[in-house]
Amino acid sequence: MVTVNSISSGIVIDHIKSGVGIKIFNYLKLDKADFTVALIMNAPSKKLGKKDLIKIENVIDVDFTVLGFIDPNITIDIIENEEITRKIKLTLPQQVENVIHCHNPRCVTSIEAHLPHVFHLVNRELGEYKCKYCDDLYTIAEV
Amino acid sequence: MSLLKMPSEAKKEEFNMLKGRHLIDPMDFTTEEFDEIFELAGKIIENPDRYAHVCDNKLLAALFYEPSTRTRFSFEAAMLRLGGKVLGFSEPNSSAVAKGESIADTIRTIACYADIAVMRHPKEGAPRVAAMYTDMPVVNAGDGGHHHPTQTLTDLLTIKTIKGKLTNQTIGLCGDLKFGRTVHSLIKAMSRYQNNKFIMISPQELRIPDYLRKELESKNIEFTQVEKLEEVISSLDILYMTRVQRERFFNEEDYIRLKDSYILDGEKMKLAKENMAVLHPLPRVNEISYEVDEDSRAYYFKQAKFGMYVRMALIAKLLGVCE
Repeated sequence: MVTVNSISSGIVIDHIKSGVGIKIFNYLKLDKADFTVALIMNAPSKKLGKKDLIKIENVIDVDFTVLGFIDPNITIDIIENEEITRKIKLTLPQQVENVIHCHNPRCVTSIEAHLPHVFHLVNRELGEYKCKYCDDLYTIAEV
Repeated sequence: MSLLKMPSEAKKEEFNMLKGRHLIDPMDFTTEEFDEIFELAGKIIENPDRYAHVCDNKLLAALFYEPSTRTRFSFEAAMLRLGGKVLGFSEPNSSAVAKGESIADTIRTIACYADIAVMRHPKEGAPRVAAMYTDMPVVNAGDGGHHHPTQTLTDLLTIKTIKGKLTNQTIGLCGDLKFGRTVHSLIKAMSRYQNNKFIMISPQELRIPDYLRKELESKNIEFTQVEKLEEVISSLDILYMTRVQRERFFNEEDYIRLKDSYILDGEKMKLAKENMAVLHPLPRVNEISYEVDEDSRAYYFKQAKFGMYVRMALIAKLLGVCE
């Protein structure tokens, strides 16, 4: 079995659905990080059967807003002095940028390549987001 | 510096509430701000000469990325009647757009020359993008099948003038409700006034978009969706007809199949209330028979004139040249 040492300071993003870890790794642009990062895939999990997790060493200032959109069941632990000092509860973010793309062929984003694809949360219960430009609706389940 | 404003300054600021603003979605303005525009439009109708020079030395850029006759003429006539001047293009092939210029670059450049821009674009959200890149007021003159807020101002001013109020109306919307941007804007705007209810009359394929239906449901606005005009026409205070637009269809066959579905003629008018008002954003194809033009309940040509006056009021307000 592969073993990755526990970290004394940093962040553990846990309970990521197996296969989604690499997506989060990319969204957070961790490939360009100048600190130590471990992406562990397909680790055994009592809750999920298999899970992914990410450990980030010596950094605790990361914007996790987007993770709530990907999967609100993900857990985030902030580690300081080898202890969990904070657990971050994820919720659906009010706005996501370039996480999903508008597929409306009549939307201005279909011709203006430089535009960010921005979506605003319109219904938290249904997980519904609306394109900033054309108002097209997308639910998390669809995405 | 005193933190207290002199009464005259406060009054001046109140009058300038709309100065420098964009109008992209009809919901960008409050109902009070709409009233402010209607009030000025009323004054212009009463005494147009008084406003003939309020825009002297002001320039309006008309950026029409798709063909339009009426809306463009209406805006141009409005600016010219205020004493201002107009520049722009009426189809993108004659401009830098044909070379692949982005909306952001076009609007930034235009803002160096003009005081206000009016944009029609086939893509939904294009005027919103323009507004993101300039402080110059941008007015959406129609974006794809999305919004057409100045048509909404026109429709509201017409309803207010005919009915004397914008509340307690049963509004029938007939024709292409899926791609008809004037319909979307009108529904959103009229749903802000009390006790209005909507009857949507269209084929299944051309019903209002999901986002709009959900919005009405979430706000508990009363509406029904039916397929036949003659079944509901007797209950309407306002009948808003729209044309089935060929350019909104991906498929020519669908267009031919649906375009004649809903035609208002003298027979159907016999079933309607004596004071029902027939509105239409124009141009019509064949959805209103010519015989209806002679009916005193046909208001669509008067509506076009109100459109010019309300655009005069809007331009003057956004430029901050009128109280």
